[in-house]
Amino acid sequence: MSMRTRRSVRAGQYLALLCYLVFLAFPFLWLISTAFKPAPELGSLHPTWIPHHPTLDNFRAAFDEQPLLRAAANSLIAAVSAGFIAVVIATPMAYVMARHRSRLSAAATGWVVVSQAFPFVLLIIPLFLVLKYLHLINTLWGLIMVYVVWSLPFALWMLVGYVRAVPPELEEAAAVDGASRLRTLVSVTAPLLAPGIVATALFAFITAWNEFFFALVLLKTPEKQTLPVVLTHFLGAEGASDLGPLAAAAFLATLPSLVLFAVIQRRITGGMLAGAVKS
Amino acid sequence: MRAVVRTAAAAATALALLLTGCGGGDGGADGRITIRFQSLAWQKESVDANKQLVKEWNASHPDVRVQYVQGSWDSVHDQLLTSFEGDEAPDVIHDASDDLADFAYGGYLADLRTLLPGRLTADIPQRSWRTSTFDGGVYGVPFLQEPRVLIANTKILKASGVRVPTPEKPWSWTEFGQVTKKLTGKGRYGVAWPLKEPVSVTLNLGLSAGGELFHRGADGKVTLAMDDGDLVVPRTIHDQVNTDHSAARTALGMGGGDALPGLFGGKYAMVPLGFSYRQQVVEQAPKGFEWTVLPAPAGSAGLAQGVSPQTLSVAEDSPHKKEAVEFIDFLLRPANMVRLAKGDWMLPTGKEALADPSLHTADRGWATGVALAGALRSAPAQSVRGYPEWKDKVATPAYQEYYSGAIDAAELRKRLVKDGNRVLARYQR
Repeated sequence: MSMRTRRSVRAGQYLALLCYLVFLAFPFLWLISTAFKPAPELGSLHPTWIPHHPTLDNFRAAFDEQPLLRAAANSLIAAVSAGFIAVVIATPMAYVMARHRSRLSAAATGWVVVSQAFPFVLLIIPLFLVLKYLHLINTLWGLIMVYVVWSLPFALWMLVGYVRAVPPELEEAAAVDGASRLRTLVSVTAPLLAPGIVATALFAFITAWNEFFFALVLLKTPEKQTLPVVLTHFLGAEGASDLGPLAAAAFLATLPSLVLFAVIQRRITGGMLAGAVKS
Repeated sequence: MRAVVRTAAAAATALALLLTGCGGGDGGADGRITIRFQSLAWQKESVDANKQLVKEWNASHPDVRVQYVQGSWDSVHDQLLTSFEGDEAPDVIHDASDDLADFAYGGYLADLRTLLPGRLTADIPQRSWRTSTFDGGVYGVPFLQEPRVLIANTKILKASGVRVPTPEKPWSWTEFGQVTKKLTGKGRYGVAWPLKEPVSVTLNLGLSAGGELFHRGADGKVTLAMDDGDLVVPRTIHDQVNTDHSAARTALGMGGGDALPGLFGGKYAMVPLGFSYRQQVVEQAPKGFEWTVLPAPAGSAGLAQGVSPQTLSVAEDSPHKKEAVEFIDFLLRPANMVRLAKGDWMLPTGKEALADPSLHTADRGWATGVALAGALRSAPAQSVRGYPEWKDKVATPAYQEYYSGAIDAAELRKRLVKDGNRVLARYQR
């Protein structure tokens, strides 16, 4: 391939990447734009990216009309708890499945994959009845349990991959140096798994943060409702909506995920395993 | 390493502390009855009106406390179904009459016939009660309804010189077709039909031309049959879009709110919308935009059109049915019904509430809407079992293809009737 051809291919790749980024960013940028537009601009035939008369009225209305802060706090509790518990449960399970391969672990992996195919509606009524029996309807505890169960298979699957990426030679070397099994796991394996654990926790957090249907069905009283449920209160019948406040509230709802990504992105992609083993 | 352990322990403690505050429960055991009222009110004025009425009830009924629970139109059916299955349904349920059939036939809702006070029964007309009557039982109190009207740009209307219709002298469907042609000009369509959900619009407006589509036989079974009356509305829309181009093709996939910018910008002279969309017009229209509310066109059956009123029902499993109905009666006293109607920009069903002078003002089209109230009927299909499947799998794609010009009237008829009857038969064995 000549230099010129290679440059053309590279330029094409960058162009494709740019188009993809624009495609991904469009809904979010439009959401921000809508959130700051006054009502007459929302109904304009020629909408603009930058509002002519930017306003915070939509944010005021959103907070005035719905208990967004309380809902955000509920979402945060549910999502952080679900992420934390899922990781605590999934990490040792993933370790066992990755290091001790057997028919059982192969079957478990298969089940994990199959379980992802179950639709929500199929599960919700049995789940509802189980939680009712446990007196966990209309409690964040119940919702957190559901979120943990829901995110656990995929979390497990993710973590198995991360554990397999940790060279067993490192653990063997620690054992040769006299470290106990527990000491090896805690001092050698766990730090190397950290990016995977963080990524998995983030996955579970975002799954729970965005989840709507379980929260809608399981939480009865307004004090317990989470942010995605409260966002639907800006929607009316037949697609009617209170567009400005809805956009403002939805914009605020995306912020925690974005902030979290921004903060821990380096830990996920940092490649902490780089240089762990001499080739 | 110790730091990691310490951090994990601190996180676990914090989590435990957070969760200690998460537990739920239905409140104290002070002997008072608590009724849960799940409302689907969503516009600020409407939510305020509902909450204020709950507050007033609670102030005057210390022994029967009503707890306001906010629901959402978007997912109410699935949410209620799960709640019913788990015996956790709210006592008082706000919904639309076309969503009640499954719940009523499933035994989830209380038959209100013996519970309703005479005042309320007499105040709401029989045609409205019919919308929530299934198999002879009454499973909801219809209290708000919404006709479809034409919201028009007054300046374009006046400039065109067309006759402006009134409820007394509405346009016929033929005249409507001629008017939209006249209103069409360079860069402007006479009408935009936002038909993202084409089935209910077509069926409900179809009643004006005598279209019924669903026919109940002597054995109680429903079959689909399509005569000329059923084709008047679809053919008008089809011809506007595909023959004389007086209706915007791009609007066919829109929801009601999506068409408003075109109305404000003069791209569409008229948009057929639900009566409550006036609120969005008031809120979003640019300064100086002049608009008016016109009745939908009339056919051989006059201004008749189908509606699925909003309803208040009581869960069959509620241990406080009597108190729940008393609360509904309070909520729907004429003055309160007017407050709820104004909050939702809809029409009350109650005769006394409809007579309230504040609803007979020309301002924002209230009087036009009130004048249509007498012509509103039960939506044609709402008590038909299997209708939701027919709507989603057969009718929606068939109407969409017909309106876009992809199929002709014969094919539309074949699909709606032949395929539709196959669907209905499965539900009526």
